[in-house]
Amino acid sequence: MRTITDFSHALAAKQASAVELATDALAKATAAKGLNAFLHVDADLTLAEARAADKQFAAGVTNKPLLGVPIAHKDIFVTCGWRSTAGSMMLANYVSPFDATVVERLRAAGMVCVGKLNCDEFAMGSSNENSAFGAVQNPWDTSRIPGGSSGGSAAAISAGIVPASTGSDTGGSLRQPAAMTGITAIKPTYGRVSRYGMIAFASSLDQGGPMAHTAEDCALVLDAMAGFDERDSTSLDSEKAKVSIWRAFSGQIASKRPSNVEFAGLRIGVPKEFFAEGLSADVGARVTEAIETFKKHGATVVDISLPRTALSIPAYYVIAPAEASSNLSRFDGIRFGHRAAQYADVNDMIAKSRAEGFGREVKRRILTGAYVLSHGYYDAYYLQAQRVRRLIAQDFQTAFKSCDLIMGPVAPTTAWKIGEKSSDPVAMYLEDIFTLGVSLAGLPGMSVPCGFDHQRLPVGLQIIGNYFEESAMLAAAHRYQQLTDWHLQSPGGHK
Amino acid sequence: MTWEIVIGIETHVQLATRSKIFSNASTAFGAPPNTQASVVDLALPGTLPVMNKQAVEFAIKFGLAVNDGQTHNIARRSIFARKNYFYPDLPKGYQISQFELPVVTGGFVDIQVGEGEKATTKRINLTRAHLEEDAGKSLHEGLETPGVSGIDLNRAGTPLLEIVSEPEMRSAAEAVAYAKALHGLVTWIGICDGNMQEGSFRCDANVSVRRIGEPLGTRCEIKNLNSFRFMERAINYEVRRQIELIEDGGKVIQQTRLYDADRDETRAMRSKEDAMDYRYFPDPDLLPLAISDRQIETTRLSMLRGGVIDVPGSTRQQLINAYELSAYDAQLLTQSRAFATCFFAAFSSSGEQAKLCANWINGELASQLNRECIELVDSPVNGDELGRLVKRIADGTLSSKMAKQVFGYMWAGEHGGDADAIIEARGLKQVTDSGAIEKVIDDVLAKNEKSVAEFKSGKDKAIQALIGQAMKASQGKANPGQVNELLRKKLAE
Repeated sequence: MRTITDFSHALAAKQASAVELATDALAKATAAKGLNAFLHVDADLTLAEARAADKQFAAGVTNKPLLGVPIAHKDIFVTCGWRSTAGSMMLANYVSPFDATVVERLRAAGMVCVGKLNCDEFAMGSSNENSAFGAVQNPWDTSRIPGGSSGGSAAAISAGIVPASTGSDTGGSLRQPAAMTGITAIKPTYGRVSRYGMIAFASSLDQGGPMAHTAEDCALVLDAMAGFDERDSTSLDSEKAKVSIWRAFSGQIASKRPSNVEFAGLRIGVPKEFFAEGLSADVGARVTEAIETFKKHGATVVDISLPRTALSIPAYYVIAPAEASSNLSRFDGIRFGHRAAQYADVNDMIAKSRAEGFGREVKRRILTGAYVLSHGYYDAYYLQAQRVRRLIAQDFQTAFKSCDLIMGPVAPTTAWKIGEKSSDPVAMYLEDIFTLGVSLAGLPGMSVPCGFDHQRLPVGLQIIGNYFEESAMLAAAHRYQQLTDWHLQSPGGHK
Repeated sequence: MTWEIVIGIETHVQLATRSKIFSNASTAFGAPPNTQASVVDLALPGTLPVMNKQAVEFAIKFGLAVNDGQTHNIARRSIFARKNYFYPDLPKGYQISQFELPVVTGGFVDIQVGEGEKATTKRINLTRAHLEEDAGKSLHEGLETPGVSGIDLNRAGTPLLEIVSEPEMRSAAEAVAYAKALHGLVTWIGICDGNMQEGSFRCDANVSVRRIGEPLGTRCEIKNLNSFRFMERAINYEVRRQIELIEDGGKVIQQTRLYDADRDETRAMRSKEDAMDYRYFPDPDLLPLAISDRQIETTRLSMLRGGVIDVPGSTRQQLINAYELSAYDAQLLTQSRAFATCFFAAFSSSGEQAKLCANWINGELASQLNRECIELVDSPVNGDELGRLVKRIADGTLSSKMAKQVFGYMWAGEHGGDADAIIEARGLKQVTDSGAIEKVIDDVLAKNEKSVAEFKSGKDKAIQALIGQAMKASQGKANPGQVNELLRKKLAE
């Protein structure tokens, strides 16, 4: 029993109660402590939510597919009960007086929160090694990173502790850890999921999303998370955004087709820039095989070009740090968070509190961000990066004229060894090359398990859709998952 | 060598919205510290700003008011930017403001230059007006623990409209006239309560001097001008300082200076060299502020009165053209909406005595308010009541001297401020019965033969003494005009 669907069938059939499932998840979290996936677990809080879910079952509630199903939240989402640290010493003991909109909505849908999940500090990282509370281990090989920044979220699902989790994606932080741990995740169109209560890294890029084993589970959780929120001015309120993702997804998968024409009519764009130098042979082979599977079952494959793929790295590493340098200014030790014990005056207090509270990578990005925004450099860096960003978005629109979905690798490699790239931030940044463009364009992107490398480390297939095409992406991924079983494999070896 | 003074004013107008510009916390003044700071105002992790629609509406109103109702200076798309700097009472570490694309560009405010009936109008152009949020307050005194500073974030996030004028004022008096006109305007259109003590209307002045014909001199910005009186004194001090400095062979350094009212001087706060790099960039948490033509039109229609945008200037024109008042009277009656409202009420209950009403409001009523240091809204005599008093002057019931007496009783609250009741009760009716007046005059003529002789020998002035006697004999109740007329008639006989 691994997927949400499994859990909710068990609950509906009264084979298990929400309290039993929550108790089991808590026990698994404790047993898997070595992974360091959880930053805060509080059995009382979890069981209270589980009891509330059981009460609803007892009252005859049947229209909530997520009722009683355990979930855990990336520690970038603030919660009233559990600490919200963003993986930073700055917020080591911080408890929010309010819940993030995402947390609120998933609770309203009946999901039971098992705890808060480790991540790179303020979501800045691709390996989860930047957490102030230690690295997270990849369940497939505990000497390796689980990807980042939603590393805890990915590891907790991959290890079978929870069937779903929340994560956030600024430049690939949902997709890349999903790929490296063999699970499914989707970063929705920018503005689909409220950012209220999601501790900001780069506001114009940050987007919350679900992680789970299957595309179907992702569709269920995303449907519950998404929707207009008046507390987030960038949240989408258009007609397209109002269409239920779950209903659209269900509609698309409802029609049963003969297996050989499963994907008839689907045009898959394959960008040549995603299969260039730097892509590991194993990853390239698995992704190509996956695309072949789509083709074998009726899809058309189109060669496309995303010519500015390489430029997405410098553009992203100007824009994201610029916004971060400003977003993280509120951590000054005055109203909340870490405050230095010794200081000369108020300026010294702010400086010391920040020097002590932030880790190396966060400081590196704040410095970069402050630099690119400073007088005399703004035009050359920030404005230029924004221009490149618009061009990248245009490239995608050009590509979508000849295809419905774009497919390629999520990351150039599979999970690397903990510590392997820690001393080389640029090498780490290069790992994001295939995910950054989607973030800069605000497009939805997902990662779907598509096999293993020669060391039995998971490989992820990236599926990119046009704005608001989440249900089509999820439906394609679901049909693929009906034909394959990569998503059902687990580090323990059993299915 | 003559010096020319160049002054530009930046004004922070606190918008009278119920809630803050980006949060739903109340903006009411004077609550205990930090009781009106929401999680957004505290900048807690995960919080986001949401634009207050009323603040936008107020900005549109201002844009219309300073452009004669023209809509072209209101930006259909303006951008909120972050101004980054660390300060203990700036919770986010940046202020949300507008930088490159403000909500209003251009516009003008007309000011009165010169005194009394000789005043002329001068147009001061505006550079821009933009929306932004206020910071909190640091409290360094009055806290329980000595050596500890406190922070009150009640004010953090209060909506401000920053209005920047062109450097077109040429004296401290003009600067004050501009500030007063702007104050009158923003309170008139109801976007600001105008309370300067509570900081609702704050001015900074950019002052420079130059020899006539030369390019602009280096300017200094004077802060902390929280009253019109201080503004005038601070600018005059600063002008003297700059002229003396240059005449002594020195140079003005671009500085921000703080006015110290106790010592009547400006002191350097910081110079341009230590100016911070605010690292402005568009706030990614807020979409560009879009204002539709329809929204502007709705606001414009709501501001119309008699087919024109209701601003002090339009009412002033109306008073001059339709009510035939002098520019001076019209200026005084439009110093605030309260004065204009008072006038229109008085006009209506006086039987349309425009000039008399204006005289009484700008004269007796204004000086009485001044003497007692109270605002017109708190006046014990309202426009309607004053108009009914004026009516009795116009119909001859009261002489103006008697009217002043009646006004005194009205002010004191007698008979609920009803002029007629006071006249009745106190028997203050003017005597207009010719027979009665003639009797008094005959008596006066008989008793003042010397004055009569003087008058008849050609000394016209002698009649004044006779009028005085007659008025005295009637206990001031005789109509002075009638007395004059009848006296002359009798003396001519």
